[in-house]
Amino acid sequence: MAVTVLVAYLGTVLWTFRVSLTSSRTFASDKFIGAAQYTRLFDNERWMLSLHNLAIYGLLFILACIVIGFLLAVFIDQNVVGEGMLRTVFLYPYAMSFVATGLVWQWLLTPGTGIDSVVQKLGFPDFSFDWIVDQDMAIYTVVIATVWQFSGLVMALMLAGLRGIDGDIWKAARLDGIPVWRVYLAIVLPMMKATVATVFLLLATTVAKLFDVVVAMTGGGPGTASEVPAKFIMDHLFLRSNIGLASAGAVMLLIPVIALLAPYAYARSRRSRA
Amino acid sequence: MKRETIIAPPLALAGAPVRARRRGLSPARIGIYLFLLSAALFFLLPLYVMLVTSLKSMEEIRLGNILALPFDLTFEPWRQAWSEVCTGAACEGIRGGFWNSVAITVPSTILPILIGAINGYALSFWRPRGANALFGILLAGAFIPVQVMIYPLVRLLAGAGIFGSLPAIVLVHLVFGMPVMTLLFRNYYAGLPQELFHAARIDGGGFWRIFLHVVLPLSTPIAIVAAIMQVTGVWNDYILGLVFAGRDNLPMTVQLNNVINTTTGTRLYNVNMAATILTAAVPLAIYFFSGRWFVRGIAAGAVKG
Repeated sequence: MAVTVLVAYLGTVLWTFRVSLTSSRTFASDKFIGAAQYTRLFDNERWMLSLHNLAIYGLLFILACIVIGFLLAVFIDQNVVGEGMLRTVFLYPYAMSFVATGLVWQWLLTPGTGIDSVVQKLGFPDFSFDWIVDQDMAIYTVVIATVWQFSGLVMALMLAGLRGIDGDIWKAARLDGIPVWRVYLAIVLPMMKATVATVFLLLATTVAKLFDVVVAMTGGGPGTASEVPAKFIMDHLFLRSNIGLASAGAVMLLIPVIALLAPYAYARSRRSRA
Repeated sequence: MKRETIIAPPLALAGAPVRARRRGLSPARIGIYLFLLSAALFFLLPLYVMLVTSLKSMEEIRLGNILALPFDLTFEPWRQAWSEVCTGAACEGIRGGFWNSVAITVPSTILPILIGAINGYALSFWRPRGANALFGILLAGAFIPVQVMIYPLVRLLAGAGIFGSLPAIVLVHLVFGMPVMTLLFRNYYAGLPQELFHAARIDGGGFWRIFLHVVLPLSTPIAIVAAIMQVTGVWNDYILGLVFAGRDNLPMTVQLNNVINTTTGTRLYNVNMAATILTAAVPLAIYFFSGRWFVRGIAAGAVKG
């Protein structure tokens, strides 16, 4: 059973790699042209823009999710009333599809009817919040929507991490008179290294896969302003019939994922051997 | 005096731990609640706006405020979203997509769970040679961006003559669901007592007999977690449905995106939002009714990986 999966996984990845070395356009070709598709890929303005976008997006998304998720977890961990309800509220976006998330935020951010018109009607007629149609800002709206969707998940994982920490630490810290925020930053957070690493890995692989939200929210626009690699690959596979170039892009997308997974896998195998 | 004594006990009960009560409503406590409350409002805002928008007439949306409650409550947008709105060429509402999603989700939940259970069972009790390497690659598979595998899979399925059909999309969901399903079941079975398995072997049970009579009956809790994960995952999928399902089986998410992003004429925001809620309803309902299992599922899938 698992052998078929091996073929499906390893086989397809190798197949894509092989295609990326050929001159395939609409149809697959067996004519090998070496790394030419990769050279062409990195000469492609749209690809470079999509990498640039993904870098900005990934950095902000991961940072914001971890900071907000950790803050939510810490605040919820203060013996608050209605903890269960708050957790439910923070996590429900994660149950929604990327498409639904993208569409809701598209509606909220539509200039003229969305949040910006609310603020205008509150008595700030000059206020404008039109990032979603702004070439330079569109990618940030994708950050807002996905952080909204994912930070609850980070909260849930962080909260589990916090609850797993020995209560004696708190007693000791209180005896020493260390302020609470310092205990969290200097003692608790370093103790949650494993949780943070897991969260980071989860978020990072989500970044590499970023596709649905962009399609639903901005369609990669305005123009190509919020283009991302996954969408570039899909467009060249199915709309622009350039299979070779798309495969080269797909292989490039695989590299950061492997780079992230390798140390993780290494740590795991060392741990299990010890 | 009297009123105070009536109110006091429930208040005291609400802040159960003594530590919390002693702090009372210090500035720090007020700050904590202010932060949590504003965060909760931010998280609820999209849900609220979706709901009120879907209950307004277009006229009210144009003139009014996106945050205002509906002045003239109407369910017409919901009716249109369900049975009239255009999802591309056809204008029969997204109910077709709903049933497509059901048709895709049911087998795409049952099959991966069954196969994941068998894989997990084989990996944790029988430990065939090379099981660890196999498992490692399988796990890595959970992180590979689908774009890397899409073209070969399209060619393979086209070669098998089933590209763009219900079996194709189910098969693809099986392939992509297997890593996490296997992981879930393997971790769960690893926690079961090995003696149980040894006893069954001494009694002469074979691979399938032990699986059916000993292991499977013990699997209910993890199967529930797996089902929740798989149903929400498959239901929320967009990219696989878009590529593999074929025109007649497009899932709800794909149709929803068509509804909203291929606009001819004026945009019916109220109908759009009703359609979005309808699409999100199934996973949201699962989440609200099974919250703790849902969290356990994502925690098991994420943390132990």
